[in-house]
Amino acid sequence: MRRRSPEPVLWLLFSAGGTVTALLVPALLFLFGIAFPLGWLASPDHAYLLSLVGHPLTKLVLFGLSVLALFHWAHRFRYTLYDGLRLKRLSRVIILACYGGAALGSGAAAFVLFRV
Amino acid sequence: MTATPRPYQRPVSLLWWVRRRSYLIFALRELSSVFVAWFVVYLLLLVAAIDSGDAAYQRFLDWSGHAWVVLLNAVSLLFLLLHAVTWFGLAPKAIVVRSRGRRVPPRTISAAHYLLWVLLSAFVVWVVLR
Amino acid sequence: MAEDMITMEVARYRPELESEPVTQSYEVPLRKEWAVLDGLNYIKDHLDGTLSFRWSCRMGICGSCGMTVNGDPQLTCATFLSEYAPGPVRVEPMRNFPVVRDLIVDIGDFMNKLPTVRPWLVRTEDEPVEDGEYLQTPLEMEEYQQYSMCINCMLCYSACPVYALDPDFVGPAAIALAQRYNLDSRDEGARDRRDVLTSAEGVWACTFVGECSTACPKDVDPAGAIQRYKLTAATNAIWDFLLPRGAR
Repeated sequence: MRRRSPEPVLWLLFSAGGTVTALLVPALLFLFGIAFPLGWLASPDHAYLLSLVGHPLTKLVLFGLSVLALFHWAHRFRYTLYDGLRLKRLSRVIILACYGGAALGSGAAAFVLFRV
Repeated sequence: MTATPRPYQRPVSLLWWVRRRSYLIFALRELSSVFVAWFVVYLLLLVAAIDSGDAAYQRFLDWSGHAWVVLLNAVSLLFLLLHAVTWFGLAPKAIVVRSRGRRVPPRTISAAHYLLWVLLSAFVVWVVLR
Repeated sequence: MAEDMITMEVARYRPELESEPVTQSYEVPLRKEWAVLDGLNYIKDHLDGTLSFRWSCRMGICGSCGMTVNGDPQLTCATFLSEYAPGPVRVEPMRNFPVVRDLIVDIGDFMNKLPTVRPWLVRTEDEPVEDGEYLQTPLEMEEYQQYSMCINCMLCYSACPVYALDPDFVGPAAIALAQRYNLDSRDEGARDRRDVLTSAEGVWACTFVGECSTACPKDVDPAGAIQRYKLTAATNAIWDFLLPRGAR
């Protein structure tokens, strides 16, 4: 009877996160991180943005994006610490910090997106 | 005289990842995950500001126009693009699909990702700007 | 007419003489048809008989002559001196393995790991001999053919930074060879290979640097084999979770 390892699930979350991040984040980051702040494009008025983020579908999509992106970061960063900084001996702490951090971040995302 | 067997182990430098160009690109690719995490933080700050009212959103807009924030986001965007390009190039390695017996060429899988990227980006821009 | 020469800077390691490798330079004829291996043999035959190195077929099929040439993992029989003209050419043992002597490394780790992935056809029951051969369509052979090209030269282990940092990693060639059998229609042993491949030191330790596939002289693409298995293993894990034991 083999003990079930969480690695396959963690890798699937990493892969899903990597995919949705690659597909959606560049456009969002360009608009809200560069174009609007620098005035290259006129930011939509607040009322419209409020209705946009108020829509349940938007909340769901942004929540899914946030959770998957955070678990993508957690998995990749864990191995970056193992191989880049040679910290594999601290793997227990690293695993707790990375996936725990992603879980906390997911909780924060749920709070921000669904409280209103 | 028989030689004493004493195998030599070459030490691995802490900076092993700068020694080859391919290792360096790999390291940068892996570092992109940090900027992915930053984006989530930024996104949640943005949504929270919008939810808090017009004034809060204006304050956020002003803050996001600060030089260091723009620089951080610009660097993040570069890393995100590196992530996307390397991801779409590597995805076919894991995704092996057969159609009528023949394997779908890796370039087709990559192209499908790029197409999806263009379509989704266009959709996002349209939804936000309309 | 004087012949063109090229300097070969060769790593020497004699445990009875030194505690770490030193470099020794030799002047070798730069002949256009000579591989780096020919240069090494010239040194051994004419200049310094004490130089030790492995080689055999000199045509890229036995996998014996892997070394580090100017920092890159290479089969010395498959890379030409003229590519490095005017030189010098630096020849060192394959990285990530303990050096026994000069250019010879201890490949025991790989030899121990290989049988753990059961790189042979596993069947629950063999077909009777009277029934003839196991038949396979060309498409079925295509599924695993690329991974069957591995010559166990271990250049992939030499190129892999994960293996450099963690010698417990099962490694590119072993996983590619496991896939060669997993994907063979005659094989029924995929479950037997799962434990080793899905252990922490199996496919999950791989971070898809991809250098193994770059280094491979036979286009095996071990990186691809590993990523495919990650997806296979993940899918298996989901099926195992969703379907109770009895239904499988």
